Order: sequence, then structure tokens, then C-alpha cells
Amino acid sequence: MTTSPASPAAAPSSSGERPASTATGPAGTTGPAARSARRWRGLLAPAAVLAALALLPYSALEIPVLLDGPVNSPGSLQLLALCLVFGGLALGYDLMFGRTGLLSFGHALYVAGGAYGTQLAMTELGLGLFPAIGLALAGGTAAAVLLGAVSLRGLALGGIGFAMVTLAFAQAGSIWVQRNPGGLTGGEEGLPLHTDGVPAALVGVENTANVYWLALAYLALTAAVVWTAVARPVGRVWQGIRDNEQRVSVLGYDPFRHKLGVFVLASALGVLGGALHLLVTAGATPRSSTPEFTLTLLVMVVLGGSGTRWGPLIGGVLFTFLDQRLAVLASSDLVHGLPGALRAPLSEPMVILGTLFVIAVYAAPGGIASIRRSLTWRRGEETR
Amino acid sequence: MSTLVLLTLTGLGLGALYFLIASGLALIFGLMDVLNFAHGAFLTVSAYAAWRTAETVGGTGGLALAVLVGTATGALLAIVVELVLIRRLYGRPREQILVTVGLSLAIPALVQAVWGADSRPFPVPDALSGTVSVLGAQVPVSRFVLIAVALAVLAAVTLFLSRTRYGLIVRAGVEDRAMVTALGIDVTRAFTLVFAIGGALAGLAGVLGGLYFGSLSPHQGTSLLVFAFVVVVIGGMGSIPGVALSALAVGLVQQYANYYVDGYGDFAVVVLLAAVVLARPAPRLAGGVA
Repeated sequence: MTTSPASPAAAPSSSGERPASTATGPAGTTGPAARSARRWRGLLAPAAVLAALALLPYSALEIPVLLDGPVNSPGSLQLLALCLVFGGLALGYDLMFGRTGLLSFGHALYVAGGAYGTQLAMTELGLGLFPAIGLALAGGTAAAVLLGAVSLRGLALGGIGFAMVTLAFAQAGSIWVQRNPGGLTGGEEGLPLHTDGVPAALVGVENTANVYWLALAYLALTAAVVWTAVARPVGRVWQGIRDNEQRVSVLGYDPFRHKLGVFVLASALGVLGGALHLLVTAGATPRSSTPEFTLTLLVMVVLGGSGTRWGPLIGGVLFTFLDQRLAVLASSDLVHGLPGALRAPLSEPMVILGTLFVIAVYAAPGGIASIRRSLTWRRGEETR
Repeated sequence: MSTLVLLTLTGLGLGALYFLIASGLALIFGLMDVLNFAHGAFLTVSAYAAWRTAETVGGTGGLALAVLVGTATGALLAIVVELVLIRRLYGRPREQILVTVGLSLAIPALVQAVWGADSRPFPVPDALSGTVSVLGAQVPVSRFVLIAVALAVLAAVTLFLSRTRYGLIVRAGVEDRAMVTALGIDVTRAFTLVFAIGGALAGLAGVLGGLYFGSLSPHQGTSLLVFAFVVVVIGGMGSIPGVALSALAVGLVQQYANYYVDGYGDFAVVVLLAAVVLARPAPRLAGGVA
């Protein structure tokens, strides 16, 4: 029952690549052989990370302060799965923000669309989980094409116009969700996961590992899509739009079509992430539809390092982890015993995270990824 | 008929509230290209400061004092934020947005930590809690207060911009910041001033919002901010008369649609926004970068 989709696939690929890279590692020559070696080495780190993450549910390691129970306890796995989902969401969001320079404040619309869409397709249409996700994905993509086209017209007012129009659409969605039309969305309460439609292997505390692997698969898929797309010619055009849109259009590329393309792709990844969020948290919450949700995605991306390979992923994972753990800390006796002036800020994780973010904008403008890069530069082995 | 009158006056009151928030946003954006996400946080903090004042003092005098305290809180907060955080980031609009985004997350959370997540009743003095009969409709007095204040603010801001030296610098800065700097005028002082004005108006809006809704909550400012953004986009960035007209339109559309289309006022506003965005002439190349 606990055969994971991710771990058998990951283990051989990582073991298969390791010899290839050690054989060509010291070679500093150029040419096709070295280029293919570099490509293999580029795959090595993701494969190793994927394998390590896939094996986590087999580890009973206790990490005292960071996790409440052993790594493979349901509580810890659920927390880690949530971190992975947000890592994927941040990576998808960065496709617009960091790679193309589009500042959208409406990404939550698609995440909530994925969560509520999947749930409603299961309850109202009686679909199974995966057809329901497919339907939500199709609907979300169609909506992204339409709303994206309208939002991009907002660019007539500069990048800010786009930001505000996407924000307004997302706000409309958020209000719709919270108003509970026809008892569909559950209003402020949200909806508990409709477990009848979900395969038995993904339901219940004892199956948390499977949900975790599914979240990992989502993250791996998102990373594969994002990293492949930005390495292709279309990714270069996105980068060109970010750096100098006028020049891109002079070169004969249509900026509008490329921007709409990246908007739709990012939104589709967001819808998928929303469906995973529904599964991991066992419910759809109206919080996932609010503008604050998009803002936290933005914070994750910037904290990690926008426009970088690993930055958004790391930012999403770390932010979510801190958010969840600080919330636990806030309700602990330790914080309740503090005097008022200290207790108040500590009892709301967002106070700490927001402040941390403001400091980070000054102290580490490129995010966590830039700190690492400046360290490798100092070591004199700039590999990019 | 009486319903229509009530809806119109309520819509005008709401429009007045939007105008107070959006005018500060539009000034700040027009002059500095800063999309101030912390504006809603200014509003929230001011509203809570005003609420504490009104609770302690009580009555109409308490409300008057609360208006002063709220406005001052907003202005002070804005000045501090501008001097300490925004000033270092001029010429980097993206970082400026990010900093205000950080504040917009942290400050309401702090307010929530101190005063709780639940909404609190805002003390409305007896003189303002009644209704006035207009053409057969019973209209709450607070609507008129809002409309009057918004008109006064519109007049004051217009006078400030057209008749004073600083207003001239601000207008010139909105038009072409580089040119003003080249003429040897210190624009940064105008930046601080405009931020202070925007903060003060947000503070005022916080107090009046408490009056209008009769309650206040930590995230009220943020949700009002979204509609203020819509108003700014519809009104054209950086134009005060444009913002006033669009605030009016948004407030009225929201109220009418809420009543006649069964609670779908917020959607009507978004549809209006989409229509305006689509109807605008095609994108100017490299427009609005200044």
C-alpha cells in the first residue's frame, strides 16, 4: 500500500548519475562532452535532493526543537508535505515574478480555484480525485487565459496596472468564496476534504506518507516544468521581457503572447498546487483565496531569491516551516509566560515573518540564494 | 424612490471613504512610483488609536479628539515609514513595494496580536447615530459626515496642489521628477510631505471607516485598500479629480449592485474595472515610467 510513486523513480536515477559526474567532474575542457557532462551534473543535485526527500518517511529521526515527533510521524510528515507544496507554489509564482518580471497579486485565485474546484468537482459532480483535479486544471487554465488577457491590458498603466487588476480579480474570488453562495464554499469555515472521492491510499493518518509523496511529486513536477521552460528559448524571451520588453518586441517576438503564456502556465501550476493543498490540509480554506496568500507567496519568493533556480523553492519551504512552527511556539507555555510587550509580537507568526522580510529586503536583496552565491564566488568557483 | 435615495447617499458615503484612502495612494504613486501596500496598515493602526481615544473620552468630544488622534497617528506612521524604510530605496520601485508588502503583513498581525482578531464596536456618539429624513428615506447621519469630510479634503488637497509652493513642487514632481531635481529643488522633502499627507488621509479614513461600519477589525484596512487600488486604477494614476470621480462611481456601483443584483456589489466593481481597463486606449510603449 505504501509503495510510493516517487521514491523508486528517484533512487535509480540518482545512483545512475553519480558515476557519470565523478568521471567528468575534474575535466575543465569545453566541447560537447563537457557540455553534456555539465548537464548531467546539473541534474545530480536535484536528483539527490529528490531521493533524500523521498526517503524521509522511512526515517525515524528525532529533531528536538524543529519537529514535535520523529520525522516519519504523521504530524511531521504533514508539516513537511505542506512545506513542499508551498515550495512548488512559490516556484510557480516566480515564473511570473522573477523570470518574466510580472508582479501578480492574484495568484491566490488559482490556488483557491484548484482547492475548491477539485473539492466541488468531487462533491457536486461525483468525480474521483484525479478526474476532479483534471477538471479543475482545465477550468483554471481557461479562466487564466481570459483573466490574464484582461489583466495584461492593465499593463497600459505600467506594471502596476497589471498588479492591481490581478489583485481585484483575486479579491472578487475571495469575496465569492467567503460569501458562501448557495452553501457551495462553506464560507468562513471552508470545506473539509470530501474523502469519498479520494483513493483510500490517500486518506487517513496512517497514509500521511502517501500524501507526502504526492506533494513531493507535485514539487518535482513543478521544478521540472519551471526549470525546463526557463532553459528553453521561450524562457529566454521571458527573461528578455523582464530586462527590456521594447527590445524583445523589436526582435520580432510578441511580448503579449509570451506574457499570457507564462501567466497561464504559472496559474495552471497554481491550480495543481491548490489541489495538493486541499489534500495535505484535508480541506479547502478561504485563507487560500485572500490577497494575503499571494503576498506570502511573494514574500517566500523574495526571501529565497527570485529568478533563481532553488531560491523560490527554499523560500517557500522555509517560510512555511517557520510559519507553522512559530504558530506552535505562539500557543506554547513559554510564550504565554512572557510579559505583554514580548508576548504580543510572538503570538502572531506574521509579525515576525513580516519584519524578517522587511529586514531581508535591505540586508539580502537577492534572497537566500544570493547569500549562497556570494559565498561560492568568494571561493572562486563560479559555475553558472 | 426612498430606496434609491438611501442607496445613493450610502454609495456616496462609501465613495467618500474610498476617496480618502485612494487620494493618498494616488499622490504617493504619482510622485514616487511607490505602490504603498502599507496604506491599509496605516488606516488600521489609526483606526485602533482613534477607537482607544473615543472609548476613553467618550461622547462627541471624544470623537473629535479621536479624529485628531487618528489623523496624527496616520501621518506620524507614514513619516516614520518614509524616513526609515522607503527613503533608502528610491529608484528601486520593486524593493519599495516589497517593503510595504512586508509592513502590510506585519502591522495588521501585530494589531491582531494586541487587540484580538474579532471586530470591535466603534463608539458612535448619539449626535451621529441617528438618521435624517431625505425625500422619504431614513439616511444615517454618518453618511453626510463622510461626504462633507471628503468634499472638504478634496477642496483642501486641490488648493494645496494648485496654490502653494509645495503643491507646485509635488505637481511638477508627478509630471517629471528628474526635471524638478535638475532645477535644484529638493524633491525628497516633497516625498516626505506627500507620504505624511497620504498617511493623515488614511488615518482620517480609518476613523471615518469606524463611523461608517460601526466596527473595526485588524484586516479592515487591507480589504478597503483593495477597493482603493481599484479606484486609483479606474481614476488614472496620480490624478486627484480623476480619483474623486472614480471613487464616486465605485461607491455608487457597489451600493446599487449590492441591492439590485443581490449582494454582488464587489463583483460589479471588478467588472467595472475590467471594462475600464479594456476600454482604455492601447498600451503606450514604455509609458508611466517617468
